[in-house]
Amino acid sequence: MATRFVLEGLRAAIDGKEILKGIDLEIKGGEIHAIMGPNGTGKSTLASAIMGHPKYEVTDGAAQLDGEDVLEMAVDERARAGLFLAMQYPSEIAGVTNSDFLRSAINARRGEGNEISLIKFIRQMEGKMKELEMNTEFAHRYLNEGFSGGEKKRNEILQMMMLDPKIVILDEIDSGLDIDALKVVAAGVNAMRSEERGFLIITHYQRLLNYITPDFVHVMMQGRIVKSGGPELAQRLEAEGYDWVKEELGIVDETVGQA
Amino acid sequence: MSTQLSIPISREAVEKQSRANGEPEWLTALRAEAAGLSETLALPKPEKTRIDRWNLGALGTYKPSEAAASPDSLPEDIRALVPSGTSANLLVQRNSGVVYSHLADELKAKGVIYTDLETAAREHGDLVKSHLFTAIAKDEDKLAAIHAALWNGGVFIYVPKNVEVDIPLQALLFQDDAEATFAPHILIVADTHSSVTYVDHVISGQAGRTAPAVHSGAVEIIVKAGAKVRFASIHNMADNVVDLSTRRAIIGNDASVEWIIGDLHDGNTLSDTKSVLKGNGSTSDAKVISVGTHSQNMSLTTQAVHFGLSSDSNMVTRAVMRDEASAIINGITKIEKGATKANGVQTERVLMLSPKARGDANPILLIDEDDVTAGHAASVGQVNPEQIHYLMSRGIRRAEAERLIINGFLAPVVSEIPIEAVREQLQRLLEGKLGS
Repeated sequence: MATRFVLEGLRAAIDGKEILKGIDLEIKGGEIHAIMGPNGTGKSTLASAIMGHPKYEVTDGAAQLDGEDVLEMAVDERARAGLFLAMQYPSEIAGVTNSDFLRSAINARRGEGNEISLIKFIRQMEGKMKELEMNTEFAHRYLNEGFSGGEKKRNEILQMMMLDPKIVILDEIDSGLDIDALKVVAAGVNAMRSEERGFLIITHYQRLLNYITPDFVHVMMQGRIVKSGGPELAQRLEAEGYDWVKEELGIVDETVGQA
Repeated sequence: MSTQLSIPISREAVEKQSRANGEPEWLTALRAEAAGLSETLALPKPEKTRIDRWNLGALGTYKPSEAAASPDSLPEDIRALVPSGTSANLLVQRNSGVVYSHLADELKAKGVIYTDLETAAREHGDLVKSHLFTAIAKDEDKLAAIHAALWNGGVFIYVPKNVEVDIPLQALLFQDDAEATFAPHILIVADTHSSVTYVDHVISGQAGRTAPAVHSGAVEIIVKAGAKVRFASIHNMADNVVDLSTRRAIIGNDASVEWIIGDLHDGNTLSDTKSVLKGNGSTSDAKVISVGTHSQNMSLTTQAVHFGLSSDSNMVTRAVMRDEASAIINGITKIEKGATKANGVQTERVLMLSPKARGDANPILLIDEDDVTAGHAASVGQVNPEQIHYLMSRGIRRAEAERLIINGFLAPVVSEIPIEAVREQLQRLLEGKLGS
């Protein structure tokens, strides 16, 4: 069955304050969707709520992956169902090596008795690390500990490549990356494009989209998708900023849930 | 002290037992004196731990066990822990007495002594007499005096000048009769420029788990100039056993000691490991790993006292507390006046896995000299929910995510343990204690 991820009227709150005010979105395998918007408009909340971060409470709406209710699933079940979120601020975990972590994640998918062989795992990991121009020494480092911002982002992409998810959400994967790292990360994402896989790229800069061409661009303000279009929308936003969107829609303050 | 605990030590009984065992007169006198002291001395008062509420009286009576012709004749659950390889230098204490000991002929020929301390006191009287209770004072407190009066079996290691023992000397100390006094005393004397590694495992046999008991253990290590001693010990006894373990090393010029302590005992634990850096250029490194479960109370102390110039100490304790377990972790670095260029560093970290678990880290630096460096770090915390979420977001189940984080917490210390067999054993026990 072709991959299909659907959000219907998704609402979410943090500490009782509503941030997402009804998100409708459909991502099919093979599609790349970009969500753009200024800071504080609910973009990262959308990513976190889909993945099931405990701080965010989904108050209404539905999320389905291939017809299955994602919101009913625990975080790890969502991941095993095929969701992947490359996080803006990945956790650092001392004492757990990158490779032990990745192998646990792969084996969690494969199930008991079907674990990946160590040799095959190492070969795969080193191959992907090479693609991402990562030093293979990072396999033995503790997970994200002492990694620079760019190294953490590459490490997120490495995980994406190793875990082969159906729906990939990239939350500000471009922030903190220099142009060379950005190109490497974009190449990694492009290599993963397939008819089986859909992408949701969250960014507030257009520059990532110079390297990863989206099929659909959505603008988020006040916790809603307020405008959708094709790649040309991203280019216009880059050239003209967001003011024209606000003007067109009569929005004064685009943010949501700010104190 | 108002809470005087009545722990019945009879001076007469101690003397009688000593004579019955054919001990030299000086040792009988030492035991008798200690028995007398135990009546008047006060219990130690470890920080925030009420050991006077512990069942310290279950000391049992002296019950030697029948000698074992080979490790194969030991009870099955114990046999499983015997290190493999016939060349193992191994000593086994069962209840009050040593039942097996073996030292390779090659080491005997070099003058190495590895035997139980009771035998050593008879056969190497001068060597034992001049070192026994020199690192631990028998009048340190009530528990020290009780131990000095009652100790049994035990280990004596002597490594002559310039002899390097490459293979670890191993001991298995177990109790499978809760009525028996279980009080091994370990005395290690490393003569100048010698080196030795000693590894022991202190456990309860299946049959020893039925009634309350006390393990009254003491370790003295005398490290002479330029010598090097590595000491590794893993404790894992039944939950109704109180583990009292005092360890002391006296370190000479340019000598070094390395402590690796796995406090994985299931019952209440008073564990105190101290290095006295007497010599110039002496060094001490202590690593302590602990896991507390159920309602056990632990008081884990590491200490370094610097007298020597340019002496160096490092102490690391990492403890994971589950259920309602409580650990008070004390690190004391003391630098005496005159110990210039000394360096003392300590770290204590506690990870608590349940809201009812308790952990206290008390780093103490006492410095009477100006020209020194010293540092400490301490932390007490719970598993970070963001870390759990991150791991789960990659498909890892919650229990596995917690396991990774806990192992990760202990890994920086476990992975540095230089003896592979100890590391593996520790890992196995850790998984057992963390998984149940």
